[in-house]
Amino acid sequence: MQTFTYTIKDEIGIHARPAGLLAKTAKQFKSDILIEKNGKMVNATKLMMLMGLGVRCGETVKVSVVGEDETEAAAAMKDFFEKNL
Amino acid sequence: MLRFSGKGVYGAIAIGKISVFKKQETHIRRSHIADTAAELERVRAAKEKAFVQLSEIYEKALREVGETNAQIFEIHMMMLEDDDYNDSIRHIIESQSVNAEYAIALTSKNFTAMFASMEDSYMQARAADVKDISDRLIACMEQGGISEAPSDDNVIICADDLTPSETVLLDKEKILAFVTAHGSSNSHTAILARNMNIPAVIGVGKEFIQSIRDGDMAAVDGFTGEVFINPNSKTLAAIEEKQRADLEKKELLKKLKGKENITLDGTRVNIYANIGGVDNIGAVILNDAGGIGLFRSEFLYLERKDFPTEQEQFEVYRKVLVSMSGKKVIIRTLDIGADKKVDYFGLDDEENPALGFRAIRICLTRPEIFKTQLRALFRASVFGNLGIMFPMITSVSELERILEICDEVKTELDEKNIEYSENIEIGIMIETPAAAIISDRLAPMVDFFSVGTNDLTQYTLACDRQNPKLEPFCDTHHEAVMKLIELSAKNAHAHGAWIGICGELAADLSLTERFLRMGIDELSVSPSYVLRTRDAVRNIDLRK
Repeated sequence: MQTFTYTIKDEIGIHARPAGLLAKTAKQFKSDILIEKNGKMVNATKLMMLMGLGVRCGETVKVSVVGEDETEAAAAMKDFFEKNL
Repeated sequence: MLRFSGKGVYGAIAIGKISVFKKQETHIRRSHIADTAAELERVRAAKEKAFVQLSEIYEKALREVGETNAQIFEIHMMMLEDDDYNDSIRHIIESQSVNAEYAIALTSKNFTAMFASMEDSYMQARAADVKDISDRLIACMEQGGISEAPSDDNVIICADDLTPSETVLLDKEKILAFVTAHGSSNSHTAILARNMNIPAVIGVGKEFIQSIRDGDMAAVDGFTGEVFINPNSKTLAAIEEKQRADLEKKELLKKLKGKENITLDGTRVNIYANIGGVDNIGAVILNDAGGIGLFRSEFLYLERKDFPTEQEQFEVYRKVLVSMSGKKVIIRTLDIGADKKVDYFGLDDEENPALGFRAIRICLTRPEIFKTQLRALFRASVFGNLGIMFPMITSVSELERILEICDEVKTELDEKNIEYSENIEIGIMIETPAAAIISDRLAPMVDFFSVGTNDLTQYTLACDRQNPKLEPFCDTHHEAVMKLIELSAKNAHAHGAWIGICGELAADLSLTERFLRMGIDELSVSPSYVLRTRDAVRNIDLRK
């Protein structure tokens, strides 16, 4: 399992557009990608749940990646967060 | 006459006949279905159809409101594909043996409730998106239609609510404005209205729809958020006048936007804008200012209980710099004193605050406050074209001390390997007679001067700005003030610095020519004066 934490810098947080892109990115991998905030965990491929987490600017999320392609998947997710959020 | 009040989302005025927007009523009945597999197939087919419609809407939005705003419909497509959303529909059909329409409506209700219960107003507004895609999906089950925009020309559309897709499908050429009873300014509908340049007022209250009929006259004020139904002649006259002034201003904007600030003889001048917070950035861009000539950083400190942190300040400065995308942004460091009440600074009451412990005097006495701001500014500098300006300078030694502190901050950042731009321009306000008189000694130490005419006038003429009795004695065009500005300009240029004016006189069109003759390089005015100043500059001929 690969994990990392990330603090959101985007002003409105994980809003609709980045959530959509995030889900799209997560779907490219075989691994399960989980996003956790305050103990609530959702699958990163699920757009509505992801939006439902309500992650705002300044909040920290924990990203966990488990599966056969977890190294690439974790690197891609990290890259995604840094570029978009 | 009836008056409603909501939130104006696009500043413009419309007067015309009302057309009430009726949605196709979708009465969803729950009915028992034996063949659930066939029902799931109906959902699949409807989804396909909905996708085609959404891509068409996306294309229309792309043409009319640009990519950023069209993305809403991409999100809608993604939402339609969302696993949980689809699982929920399937699960309801299979477990309860019910019709697809009912399963979709129930799923929509559940997800809408989830978003509506969130604390974040942005996320609450997403409930409307879920409802929009669900309504579309249900419409696609039947005959494939979704409510069409009315065909009458030149009407004001009034609706209970409009979904983002209904908004985009409105024919811009045919409607004057729209008004909705519900909706938030965060909704995609509001964002779209803003980008379609349609006067719009939202959230006028649920009694609205019952109070109006097709063909009623209405006046919509998108600036104030007011809507008048069958306005009386006095109201109508006032709003017509406002509309005329607004159109004239927009005409000026159209005529002068994108034009150079150049006189008839070819002299160029920069026209920048003064702002007091990030909320005004939109106005700066809209009015086509060449940069920000004065960003008052005080708002960061006012109306709060403790000092803003370095990070908070950094975020604000970064936002301004990024929003101005490479255009010059001059941020003035803390200019606060006993006349502006900020309790946590712990300042004593003063007999004469204008001549008191304020601005740079606080910063030099309490360098920790100053350094926090400077660190935030330096860190943000990599995001754009930053100038830092220091207020209330009266002596060379003050400026020397400031530059020393700047160097200390840079050394600290270097030690921590934190990046900052090498091209930050450093400047000072010329707002005391002392600074103007010794401008020959100050100029070699800085990149620019910016004349604060309000304080310069007050100090030169010994006239308290706050005292209305002094008005007859406070000649804002006083020759002494003009001479000090001229002297400062001469000294700035002699030492390779540039000089701007950021006080009220910068927008005084009767002085524009005189300032240009002095060689003033930049005029910084409030955003709404940018184009008027440009107009004046373009009609000046310095050869005469």
